[in-house]
Amino acid sequence: MSRSVTVINPGALSLIQDSGRQGYQRYGVPVSGAIDPEALLIGNLLVGNGHSAAAIEVMFGGAEFLFSAEAVAAVTGCDLEISLDGTRLSTWQSFVAPAGAVLRLGPPVAGLRAYVTVDGGIDIKPVLGSRSTHVASGIGGLDGRPLAAGDELPLGAPNASSSPGAKFPGQLRKVISNELTVRVVQGPQRSSFTSQGVRSLFSSTYTVTDRSDRQGLRLDGPVIEAVDGRYDIISDAVVSGAVQVPGDGRPIILLADRQTTGGYAKIAVVATVDLPLLAQAVPGTALRFVEITVAEAQQLMRERHASVLSADLTFDLETHRSVIAIDGETREINLDYRRDELRKPGGGAVSVSIEGVRSTVRVEEMPR
Amino acid sequence: MTQRHVDSYEPPVILPSGDQAISVEFAAEISERVNGQVYALADALTASPPAWMNELVPAYRSLLVQYDAFQVDFDVVAAELRERVAAVYPATGARDHRQRTVYELPVAYGGENGPDLEAVASQARLSPEDVVRIHSGVNYRVYMIGFSPGFPYLGGMDERIACPRLATPRTRVPAGSVGIAESQTGVYPNASPGGWQLIGRTPVRLFDQSENPPSVLQPGHYVRFLPVDSDEMSRIEELVAGGEYVIKSTALSA
Repeated sequence: MSRSVTVINPGALSLIQDSGRQGYQRYGVPVSGAIDPEALLIGNLLVGNGHSAAAIEVMFGGAEFLFSAEAVAAVTGCDLEISLDGTRLSTWQSFVAPAGAVLRLGPPVAGLRAYVTVDGGIDIKPVLGSRSTHVASGIGGLDGRPLAAGDELPLGAPNASSSPGAKFPGQLRKVISNELTVRVVQGPQRSSFTSQGVRSLFSSTYTVTDRSDRQGLRLDGPVIEAVDGRYDIISDAVVSGAVQVPGDGRPIILLADRQTTGGYAKIAVVATVDLPLLAQAVPGTALRFVEITVAEAQQLMRERHASVLSADLTFDLETHRSVIAIDGETREINLDYRRDELRKPGGGAVSVSIEGVRSTVRVEEMPR
Repeated sequence: MTQRHVDSYEPPVILPSGDQAISVEFAAEISERVNGQVYALADALTASPPAWMNELVPAYRSLLVQYDAFQVDFDVVAAELRERVAAVYPATGARDHRQRTVYELPVAYGGENGPDLEAVASQARLSPEDVVRIHSGVNYRVYMIGFSPGFPYLGGMDERIACPRLATPRTRVPAGSVGIAESQTGVYPNASPGGWQLIGRTPVRLFDQSENPPSVLQPGHYVRFLPVDSDEMSRIEELVAGGEYVIKSTALSA
């Protein structure tokens, strides 16, 4: 029987996304793809997938998925609580979901979007070389639409290299904050703006408004002045991260679902390395912009990519935190164990600490 | 978008567009000559693509070249693009070597198919019949495809029927709608929001995501609109629905 994941509850917005639809922008087809490409990449690494395998992008959490068969999965992206059949799990860490298990994503504590990656990837039919969903044009995903309760998502053949117990190191994770400093390079139409306009961009704080979506972040803040008030240009192609300024002088940062072309002057372009921060920026987030050179931006992008790819994903201890009642009194307990050791014949040791008091329990057989 | 400064850059300029793309801008004008230069460079790069090239996105007067910045530095790409530009500019720039093909799109003008025809006519101080005659009387060049999948930006429209965008864009424009904005005309291949004034609708499908390429029209192609009455419109709609309609195209002599 083929493996699948069934959507029980898609939350506010769940979309199938991979690394985007490349090669068709000249026909007006938007790239789309994961708006936080790094979280998708890491999620795929954790479950042993190829870098661009399709996953479920969940906005605002609150989603539930049922596994039809055993699978290795992980949740990356924003900070949120997740549980499998009621047992709390860690994000940024792969786990085994047994057949029939239900994965629940709570509301985000920080950030916006989580990625559920599963070994083998979401294996729907690609459209124009990609499984990514672009809702506005109805392309990709399941009939170009957001996921709905009852949708059954087929999984690809599991990769031989996928194994539970991979963890992306905490010290390498990007810090989600509601005060961000965003690095940009000079945009192609910098000369369309007055020196006062350029000063506004770099000396002011801009706020992410709630009129933001996968197409772009609309910012509020001081007006950015264009020479002779001319914000319109002869339409040309736009890239992810482009900071365009329409006639009201308030910048818009274009993201994954942007149209392929636009008619507004672009004062700056966000460095690729900082795009994941924008993908997680909730309305109200304060942004400050600093300028770097293209060479610096490329260096930062390569270094970050290399550190993600070379990160040590092995880890020793798995920690489960739960609250139990002992004689009617609630206590918080921590269970620390090596999952691979527990799977050995004869079992292994679990370190149990109840409010700081540690003891060791021997587990003879690991329940599946 | 409609500003027309009549000045070319000598030579074309190489502008970084973020850390993974370069925009080559040929001029600050919309003209067949400049647009021909854009596609001459795009064709040259497609014919012998540099190892670092990812994707090309041509527009009216500029070509966006997306490159693999994990492999190569900006300076290297910029230098190679300068050489490629020098090889096609201005020698071949004045001449577009592409096959000039004219696609004939049947259009039902006015009524529910073109709810803004009367308004366009009164703004132009013309009769609706005159607007239709003028609009369907020339071959339009496909300068670029953008805004939405398969949306052709058509240039060459008679200034007499130019009109502003709607003050309040429609939340839903039906697929096939033919619109005017300033001195441009275009066709919405799919239902989408839109602010162009709608003068008619074609039953022809211009975009099919299951085809490759997905867009019938390609930049450098030409389009001519053929007015059809409601009977002919219904007949063509049936053919399109049955997958039997073939868009009429003719080669233009250069």
